[in-house]
Amino acid sequence: MQAILGRKLGMTQVFTANGEARGVTVIEAGPCVVVQIKTRENDGYDAIQIGFGARKRINDPMRGHMKRLGQFQFLREVRVDDPNDYEIGQKLGAELFEEGDLIDVAGVSKGRGFAGGVKRHHFAGGPKTHGQSDRHRSPGSIGSGTTPGRVRKGLRMAGHMGDERVTVKNLKVFESNPDRGVLLIEGSVPGGVNGLLRIRKTGKKG
Amino acid sequence: MDVATLSNAQVNPNIPDFGPGDRVRVSAKVVEGDRERIQVFEGDVIRIRNGGPASTFTVRKIASGIGVERTFQRHSPRLDKVEVVRKGKVRRSRLYYLRGLRGRAARIKEAARTR
Repeated sequence: MQAILGRKLGMTQVFTANGEARGVTVIEAGPCVVVQIKTRENDGYDAIQIGFGARKRINDPMRGHMKRLGQFQFLREVRVDDPNDYEIGQKLGAELFEEGDLIDVAGVSKGRGFAGGVKRHHFAGGPKTHGQSDRHRSPGSIGSGTTPGRVRKGLRMAGHMGDERVTVKNLKVFESNPDRGVLLIEGSVPGGVNGLLRIRKTGKKG
Repeated sequence: MDVATLSNAQVNPNIPDFGPGDRVRVSAKVVEGDRERIQVFEGDVIRIRNGGPASTFTVRKIASGIGVERTFQRHSPRLDKVEVVRKGKVRRSRLYYLRGLRGRAARIKEAARTR
């Protein structure tokens, strides 16, 4: 198994066995159900499609696709080495991970809207005092003069920030609790509470 | 949903109820090399920060004429026990004003025994 879906539940603090405090993220990991198996012969690549979460209403084509497996909120594909290892209806969850495993977690970061250079690119902004007016958070110069007479491509400026896919690598599993379907991860993960996350073991594609 | 209940979060049962101004004797486990021993820190509670499993409290004492403050994790398994030596009567929750006072002025009145 290479990746499963999860939901961020929030962060808290726990103590390790020798009494050190750790900030951890609580993730509802699975259960994900295998909905479709894609093979090289049929689809050109090997993958499984897994469903996660629940929704109340669902249209008929989706109902047919999900068969009697459930009404999933999310359907995502995960590349696998050998699709024959899986069967439709198989459940995948927190039991795939255990304490100490290194994992990568991908999610959608919190949207910051149209953000200025200070927030978006860590610009220093202008001087706060000494007679400065209206340039406390300005970006400063954006180029030379008549030569070249234009602004270089790719210059960092204000613009939309956040709300993009971010992967945090090499996070450590603090605790895996398959009974509750919950993973505790040391450190933080992208996105807000209730955000969809994709969890995979480090060093594997998924 | 309360996230803290989803971990096997530990509540340290050896910690009694106390408030700001109380004098407490904290027995903390200290690891030295591979030996573990108990270190006692006695002083006045000047701050309590409630934050579920991340709650802390700060104890201030005067050691050899120098003010020393130490902040403990309320639920840390390294806290062996906390004893309340005396209840203090104070009118605010953060006793930072004690830092500017010395000697007799830095005393805290004892609370009446009707808590």
